[in-house]
Amino acid sequence: MSHIIDRRLNGKNKSTVNRERFLRRFKAQIKEAVSKAIKGRSITDIESGEKVSIPVKDIAEPIFHHGKGGVWDHIHPGNEEFIKGDRFSRPQGGSGSGGGGRASKDGEGEDDFAFELSHEEFMNVFFDDLALPNLVKNQLMGIDELKSVRAGFTNDGTPANINIVRSLRGALARRVAMAAPTLEEINKTEEELDTLLESDEESGFEVRERRRRLHFLRERLGSIPFIDPFDLRYNNRVKQLKPTSQAVMFCLMDVSGSMDEAKKDMAKRFFILLYLFLQRNYEKIDLVFIRHHTSAVEVNEHDFFHSRESGGTVVSSALNLMKEILAKRYPSDVWNVYAAQASDGDNWDSDSANCAHILDEAVLPACQYYAYIEITEGEPQNLWYEYLKVQERHRHFAMQKIHSAGDIYPVFRELFKRQPTPTR
Amino acid sequence: MTPISTGSEWTFELIDEYERAIREIAVDEFKLDVYPIQLEVISAEQMMDAYSSVGMPVNYHHWSFGKHFVATEKSYKRGHMGLAYEIVINSNPCIAYLMEENSMTMQALVTAHAAYGHNSFFKGNYLFKAWTDASAIIDYLVFAKKYLSQCEERYGIDAVEELLDSCHALMNYGVDRYKRPQKLSMAKEQARQSEREHYLQQQVNDLWRTIPKRDKGDGGQAALRFPPEPQENLLYFIEKSAPFLEPWQREVVRIVRKVAQYFYPQRQTQVMNEGWATFWHYTILNRLYEKKLVTDGFMMEFLQSHTNVVYQPPVNAQWYRGINPYALGFSMYQDIRRVCEEPTDEDRAWFPDIAGTPWRDALEFAMRNFKDESFISQYLSPKLIRDFRFFAIRDDDQDDKLEVEAIHDEEGYREIRQLLAEQYNLGSREPNIQVWSVNVRGDRSLTLRHSMHNRRPLEPESAEEVLRHVARLWGFDVRLESVDDQGHVRQTFSCATGHRELQLS
Repeated sequence: MSHIIDRRLNGKNKSTVNRERFLRRFKAQIKEAVSKAIKGRSITDIESGEKVSIPVKDIAEPIFHHGKGGVWDHIHPGNEEFIKGDRFSRPQGGSGSGGGGRASKDGEGEDDFAFELSHEEFMNVFFDDLALPNLVKNQLMGIDELKSVRAGFTNDGTPANINIVRSLRGALARRVAMAAPTLEEINKTEEELDTLLESDEESGFEVRERRRRLHFLRERLGSIPFIDPFDLRYNNRVKQLKPTSQAVMFCLMDVSGSMDEAKKDMAKRFFILLYLFLQRNYEKIDLVFIRHHTSAVEVNEHDFFHSRESGGTVVSSALNLMKEILAKRYPSDVWNVYAAQASDGDNWDSDSANCAHILDEAVLPACQYYAYIEITEGEPQNLWYEYLKVQERHRHFAMQKIHSAGDIYPVFRELFKRQPTPTR
Repeated sequence: MTPISTGSEWTFELIDEYERAIREIAVDEFKLDVYPIQLEVISAEQMMDAYSSVGMPVNYHHWSFGKHFVATEKSYKRGHMGLAYEIVINSNPCIAYLMEENSMTMQALVTAHAAYGHNSFFKGNYLFKAWTDASAIIDYLVFAKKYLSQCEERYGIDAVEELLDSCHALMNYGVDRYKRPQKLSMAKEQARQSEREHYLQQQVNDLWRTIPKRDKGDGGQAALRFPPEPQENLLYFIEKSAPFLEPWQREVVRIVRKVAQYFYPQRQTQVMNEGWATFWHYTILNRLYEKKLVTDGFMMEFLQSHTNVVYQPPVNAQWYRGINPYALGFSMYQDIRRVCEEPTDEDRAWFPDIAGTPWRDALEFAMRNFKDESFISQYLSPKLIRDFRFFAIRDDDQDDKLEVEAIHDEEGYREIRQLLAEQYNLGSREPNIQVWSVNVRGDRSLTLRHSMHNRRPLEPESAEEVLRHVARLWGFDVRLESVDDQGHVRQTFSCATGHRELQLS
């Protein structure tokens, strides 16, 4: 009459939809928490999810219930010293006695409802309805490309894959092996025949016998097939994951004297955002940090953000270095190249045209996307105007001007706003 | 007899053996009447899933269940809370979940508690019999889930979500409290009939057919009153009378109402139901021990979790959170048994009709025919009041002091019993709010009336908010009046819809 059923193998994520609904409902609050979190993180520290708090009153489901006031009778257990008619003051706060039951119910309402977003949910919220433009080279996210590679030979396959040399070599070996005993016997028989013929003793019958035998053996030798289905060898190919989902991100930053800490901080956030976005789309991301003033050097992340230089600014030095590194280490048929450049707009006057030229000729053709932000309060200078021209020529070149930390997120959205399917 | 098992690991064979041993005791020996049983072994994650959809194996989707899930998951992962040992579903067959993490002892405990204790309560208690249809609930929820996801496809997730939000806000007012249901066959007949009636009503809707004719004076207005009598079931009233709801929206309101009605008996029998299940797991497992089917180790483990469950912290304890329904219910059934088996003079005076009678019959009668409120007022004995050291405190907002009204002494027993029963009266725990009237001739606003009890006011913030939900469903302005015992309006809330102004000639 009773059944015992093992349900453990049934799906365990029945609540996934409800959880999604919950996240969906509080998207605004969650988004706010997420963008707050971004500010506090290092560029590569996006492994963890994020703790998100929502005020309890926002997520409360209202029902009619009694408020304070009126007459309440409460029964409590554990009487120690009271007798009927005792009177005493109301305990302050939710100390548990008296009207405590009600009071603490209200008291709980002050807390925030905190929960963890998983890494994935965190990213989803962050990159909601964004997509990188011109993602032409490789499919994004988790779609692993397979490459077929040779893996020796097999005994069966399609005719198109027959490996002729291997098959014939096999056939030869087989023929040799199969013919060997017969050949041996032929030799022996021939020798005997020769002996018989030489001895010339009443050999009629025996000679005939040998001849017949030889004939039979030669026939047998001839019937060994030249090639047998058994000999066929096919080229074997197996699918291997192709490490295509890789990207390199160039961070270019002006570290000349005019870039103060605040500006660098803004630039850093911009790089973080780009990194986060790439992280979502590519399995492997290399970061190249190039800082420049009058000359450019490749540095590690720490030095990139934390050392101060002074002096003038030659932007093209950084672009040239990037070009070299690209050519040397990141061929564009294997790598998706992204670049983000931050500057305060200063440049050596005659250098700006030069920059545009390098971008046009060498850098942009190799890039998936190139983003330039100018962090400045003042009027744009010649670099900005040169870049405007570049922007007209290249769809995957984007530029923005930002003024304060608050502008970064909108700028980021603007830069990577979902675009119609690229036609390139 | 040798013990069924000695280790703490469970296997399906062992669960089966224990189940049969428990059945022998529960059904053959103690004559518990149960639905067929389906024990389902699930993982902790699945338990959390079940938790967050109010224990049902299927349910429609809503963000609030997700919220519940997130909260459960959070406290479970941090180790703040062990998951409940058991979830049991009032269905036929009765589904009880066994969590795979449990030890063999716990599986046996849950089987006795849920699959026999709760199960027999669901089958026997009059409220469950009258209000819930155990054999149909799962199918109904499957239907509801499907229907709602179709609605989502057709009308968008947001529209459905909004509607559900509003309905959930009124869920506690989506039940028939006082109307006694008819006998089943009659009820069906009645349903068919009233369906026809409602169909007619919608065709010739008294309310909305009315083209307002301005009579001279107010004479006509007083005569026409809608609804003719106050209505306790807000969701029912909305389902049937809200002017702007689309048919699918009415169906959704109905679904929420049905689910609310299904859970209504559970809310009224917490002490009785948990007490009953606890009493039976205690009795059954002890019987297993007497029959030497379980080991000392088994009993130690069982008793440890049993005592945790029935612990009642005293009022001055830091972790006091009110009366523990398990403790109260368990003690009361134990006490009824004691009164039957070893009555004292006091018991004979208080419970002349059960003292000295067969305990099993007395217990069965108590389980079948009461709800928490009446159960306590019938069976709470002076001995229990002394054991629990109950005392009553009056908290009157017109008095700057609290007053001890009664304690566990001769003159206090009856008062404490009555007050404790009142404490479990859903009717006074929840504000009594009914549909009062609709201004049929004028702006078609809906007026709800809160009948105040002991001058208890509504909590204003949530009242305002719920009222917005009512207005969303109703489509016109909504008012809520709190009326005191003398009929004076004490508090009013209102929610203007702003839109959908009716063009009156």
